[in-house]
Amino acid sequence: MPIVDYKVPVSVDEAVIMLKGCNTAVKILAGGTDLIIQSKPAGSDPLTVVDIKSIDSMMTASIDDEGLTLGPAMSCAELTARDDIKSVYPGLIEAAYLIGSTQVQGRASIGGNLSNASPAADTIPALIAIGARCIIAGPDGERVVAVEDFVVGVGKNCMAQGELLKSIQVPPPEAKTSDAYLRFIPRTEMDIAVAGAGVSITMDSEGVCTAARIAIGAVAVTALLVPAAAAALVGSKLEESALQAAAAAASAASKPISDRRGTADYRRHVVGVLVKRAVSIAAQRAQEQ
Amino acid sequence: MAKIHVSTTVNGDAVEFLCNPGETLLDILRNDLQLTGTKEGCGSGDCGACSITVDDRLVCSCLVLAVEAEGKAIGTIEGVADKDQLNVIQQKFLEHAALQCGICTPGLIVSVQALLKENPEPTEEEARYYLAGNLCRCTGYDKIIRAVLDAAETMRGAA
Repeated sequence: MPIVDYKVPVSVDEAVIMLKGCNTAVKILAGGTDLIIQSKPAGSDPLTVVDIKSIDSMMTASIDDEGLTLGPAMSCAELTARDDIKSVYPGLIEAAYLIGSTQVQGRASIGGNLSNASPAADTIPALIAIGARCIIAGPDGERVVAVEDFVVGVGKNCMAQGELLKSIQVPPPEAKTSDAYLRFIPRTEMDIAVAGAGVSITMDSEGVCTAARIAIGAVAVTALLVPAAAAALVGSKLEESALQAAAAAASAASKPISDRRGTADYRRHVVGVLVKRAVSIAAQRAQEQ
Repeated sequence: MAKIHVSTTVNGDAVEFLCNPGETLLDILRNDLQLTGTKEGCGSGDCGACSITVDDRLVCSCLVLAVEAEGKAIGTIEGVADKDQLNVIQQKFLEHAALQCGICTPGLIVSVQALLKENPEPTEEEARYYLAGNLCRCTGYDKIIRAVLDAAETMRGAA
């Protein structure tokens, strides 16, 4: 087997030392739903895994006036059961709930979904929409990277060897703000996004949209924040013309490929439709506050 | 490569084993602990045949490293029946003929047990979504779902 060593740090500092000091290739193990499959092919290079699940802060989440602090290795099953988080960030929970099966959600984590950096990852557009930031620990201290800048390519994130995603932090939302995530798959469960849209919408008491963040997934190398789509909504009452303009901006920003899940033209169209629908859902939620 | 010593519990019994760092819990259960009720289907977390619980959380044992079992409570299909007495879920699978070849059945039973623990009164839709990660290539699922809903009703009556 390519995995030749297994380490279990109990603190972030210890993990950083272990990651830096490895003389083989090293990977961080959270839920393992991607990593264990990727390490199975014979003949690949010897690999050390550093299991971060014994670090308490990796496995817990808290939400208060300071916003959400999410342990990157907490399982999606545990996260989606958290009504306190769902009531503030329903779109993030929707995205986590779409990852794989019940069994996969029992292990898979948000930090893993993010670090694995699939273009079709469901939680990445949802995290970008709510303005989530990655706190990265490393040998030279900590740095903070916005989620939209964390993923740099297909399967590639911005962390160097020795660095570790320590925490995911989301600022507290403004009043009358909510989020939503929608993806399209040809069936209703157990598939990978053809296109996805994560949105966060702020409304005022007059029903005018005062702020928006629109992110799209599975239609480019990385999930994209689309400021032009947000600009089409801000100042409007989300009339059909504003929604159409946001959809058009999202379609225009997308750079999809054609594969067995859908053609580029189809994805470009569908991502606009998803943005429109997700905006309506998030706005409805915001106005119900 | 040095083997790692792991102490865990399986179906309530204290168990120790030695494993390589990359070995899956599925392989240890089947090959070392002789608990062959847990099946290997795809080996990539898609089919659910290897479903077990780790600290009461439903997972695919093909996607768990054996070393991760240290200090955990593992539950497998072998722990479902009470000695020779079938569990209600197993009995209902028999009554409804909710199996043909049987490869998916242990994983399904373990998953159904986890479902009914979380949600004793699932709707048909909730049951189908919860069990979407357990693939059956024989029955077409209708009999399985009937068995699940009947088991749920029976268990609620007994509670």
